Amino acid sequence: MLHRPAPAVRQTIIAVPFLAAILLAMRLDRGPMRRVADAAHPGFVLRDETAAAGIDFVHHRPTFDPKIASIEPHVAALGASVSVADFDGDGWPDLYFTNSRFGEPNALYRNRGNGTFEEIAASVGLADLNRPADGASMGAVWGDFDNDGDEDLLVYRYGYLALFKNLDGHSFEEVTFKAGLRRWMNSNGAIWLDYDRDGLLDLYVTAYFRDVDLWHLATTKIMHNSFEFATNGGKNLLFRNLGGTRPGGTRFEDVTDRMGVGSTRWTLAAASADFNGDGWPDVYLANDYGPEELYLNDNGRRFVLTTAGLESESKSGMSVTLGDAFNRGRLDAFVTNISERGYLFQNNNLRLNQMPEASRFRNVAEGEIADAGWAWGAQFGDFNNDGANELFVANGFISADREKSYWYSMSKIAGANARFFEDAATWPPFGNASLSGYERSRVYFNRGVAGWADVARKVGVTDEYDGRAVALADLSNRGAVDVIVANQNQPAMLYRAYPDTTNHWIAFTLVGTRSNRSAIGAEVVLEAGNLTQRRIVDGGSGFASQNDRRLHFGLGAREWVDRIVIHWPSGTRQVLPRPPIDRFVTILEPER
Amino acid sequence: MSGAARTTGAERSALARALQRGSELDPRYLIAFLITLVLVAAQFRYHMVGGYDRLVLSLAVCTASEALLSWFDRGKVVNLLSAYISGVSLTLLIKPQGGALWPFALGGFLAISSKYALRYRDNHLWNPTNFAISALLLAAPDRVSVLSHQFGNDLTTNLVIWVFGLIIVARVGVLHITLTYVASFLVLNSVRAGALGQPVLPEIAPITGPMYQLFVFFMITDPRTIVSGRRRQIVVAILIALMETLIRFASDNGWPLPTGFSAAPAFFALATVGPMAKWLDLRRLRPASASGAIPRTPGGSE
Repeated sequence: MLHRPAPAVRQTIIAVPFLAAILLAMRLDRGPMRRVADAAHPGFVLRDETAAAGIDFVHHRPTFDPKIASIEPHVAALGASVSVADFDGDGWPDLYFTNSRFGEPNALYRNRGNGTFEEIAASVGLADLNRPADGASMGAVWGDFDNDGDEDLLVYRYGYLALFKNLDGHSFEEVTFKAGLRRWMNSNGAIWLDYDRDGLLDLYVTAYFRDVDLWHLATTKIMHNSFEFATNGGKNLLFRNLGGTRPGGTRFEDVTDRMGVGSTRWTLAAASADFNGDGWPDVYLANDYGPEELYLNDNGRRFVLTTAGLESESKSGMSVTLGDAFNRGRLDAFVTNISERGYLFQNNNLRLNQMPEASRFRNVAEGEIADAGWAWGAQFGDFNNDGANELFVANGFISADREKSYWYSMSKIAGANARFFEDAATWPPFGNASLSGYERSRVYFNRGVAGWADVARKVGVTDEYDGRAVALADLSNRGAVDVIVANQNQPAMLYRAYPDTTNHWIAFTLVGTRSNRSAIGAEVVLEAGNLTQRRIVDGGSGFASQNDRRLHFGLGAREWVDRIVIHWPSGTRQVLPRPPIDRFVTILEPER
Repeated sequence: MSGAARTTGAERSALARALQRGSELDPRYLIAFLITLVLVAAQFRYHMVGGYDRLVLSLAVCTASEALLSWFDRGKVVNLLSAYISGVSLTLLIKPQGGALWPFALGGFLAISSKYALRYRDNHLWNPTNFAISALLLAAPDRVSVLSHQFGNDLTTNLVIWVFGLIIVARVGVLHITLTYVASFLVLNSVRAGALGQPVLPEIAPITGPMYQLFVFFMITDPRTIVSGRRRQIVVAILIALMETLIRFASDNGWPLPTGFSAAPAFFALATVGPMAKWLDLRRLRPASASGAIPRTPGGSE
């Protein structure tokens, strides 16, 4: 018969694995037992050259009705944006930043082509856009809505939309009224897309707060009705471009209800691409206080809200950016969320596009890429030109008193019944507290199946500003993807990329003919040996941002490209064999 | 006697028998039913679990640990219901960084093994789930957080769980603990808000959240870790609420506590006051235990 030890001995024996489990938890708290990626040599650096480039833009947050003064830092924590376009057609990408306080100007930095910029917003009529009668700017997107060859600009605000027609590359005319776009929306995002493939850019504008006047509130009951499934936000709107042949110029028609895309889920960002390969651009939404949403385009006749595996994770979607994460020839979605150690791990989503075969996205974010803090704008870009996308993620919400955190206060109401937080007046006063402040940006180095590793410090990204919008552009036309970050209530940053010079690259400038002239929505699949990668010309991407219209591909050591396949928004498929590398290649859409 | 009357009498008799059987039912079955109800409602209405792999892992580790440790310690495999309750509770409460699964495995093992490793006079002192969550929040604050907002902040779901929960804790005989704690929470935190010059509503708001539902129905009322005697149970419930108020007061003033204390003050209040009260209770009962007659608290949830 087996002899059983005495009770005290048994208890002691059990205590050994018990204590070991606690020690193991402490060890795992420091990180994985085995590093998932060797990021010793990321193959690039990012240098802060903001001052040298002459970019001195500082964002100022808005101020609102004193009735919500107790939580104004929270409500007024958005508005820093950056959008890239070559507005004057000189071949050098320019930068537009928005400001958000009444009287503070927006800024247009014209690229001189010598590494420096000049600020000219006032001289072209794009500066004075933050006025009590009109609202405060939250962001802007460029797009040639009238196909005249000049990039026009839509500015979205907490207030009225504003559409500016680019007259000649040197001045702008506001055409909001004439275009039928004088609508009050509390918007934090907009994208251009040609949803009906008629060759004209349509406009999808997202809404955050419902359409109250935040400076003259009739009620303080303006906040979300759930931290997880809120549906009381503003209504997103889809405007169809009716064309420029009508008297008075181009007009837009509100087709939101007819097309079924009027989400009221506190949308912070939208992105568009043909996710399911049916030839029609779909719309992907990152919603705060709720699950993401995917609207599939049914042949331009209507949009159908589909689950696609997105409904099972309700989080706080801050931005959505599209990119080919693992060179599968697909556009995947990276959606940023909130994580605060000790309080909340909502985790970012890296959703692999499995729409064509499985009608769903699969979230594969784990480890470092899942937790970037309170993450905002993000963009995929090949910073080292090795043929694989890296990810730049801006972080941090409100940096104020370093010694005071609002997280504890937030935790009191976040789990409570909606009645406790739907009214701004019942929130704990914010005071001078920080909320996920002083967080640094992340730069995730792509090691394929080995995982993503944060190399931000290693490559030179160390700022702790409250990052919001991130845009990528080759600002010096030298085959490198530079990073521009708009920071909330703080200075903007320009990080110039310096990739390993041994790697090759190629970039494409697409010009639509049957499609919209900006080629927004065009997707390019590059094939070079064992490398296949897809990129899209975006009409707005990330959070309150828009990238360089030109598509940049790193090639690594590959010395030629087998071919590229261009899927134009018109439906035209164009194949281009053996394009020359290490240069920009301009491609005109074939007429037929 | 008419047929109808006979039928009615038979039905009454059947009902009485059912009630009788119900009253003899092990309270753990009722608690298991409630936690399952919460789990199903949370998952199907709000997709709250975050992955069935978490649930499977947590349940597997809890039940396997319970079976193995009870066999080793007592020479027999005990009823696994309490392990089931712990497994479901941990699945609902643990929110890991980056979808990590290890907190569910380690949490499950810590919950169950704490019952065997941390004992006094043949009784465990901590509610297993409470211990596991507290330990993880202290040992791995950078990787583990606790349920902070779920159930959609929705009044209907809140009410359903409160109604079922109150019925079941009443049936288990611990309703007075739940009510005492809730009342104490409301009073003490209102006083705290007044003392700090803060609005009252945000300070009493947490009690309406799902974390507190799990706390008042599954942790603070755990029949195996509460003290004996209704009056003493009420006093301990008040002390737990008082400790929580002190933790919150410390957080209000930015005192250097581990983050977990601010994120889950109720859990740490129970984790500190509960075992001390139980230990004192067991010491007090020693003379009776000499004759093998320690008064058992009703049933046993975990």
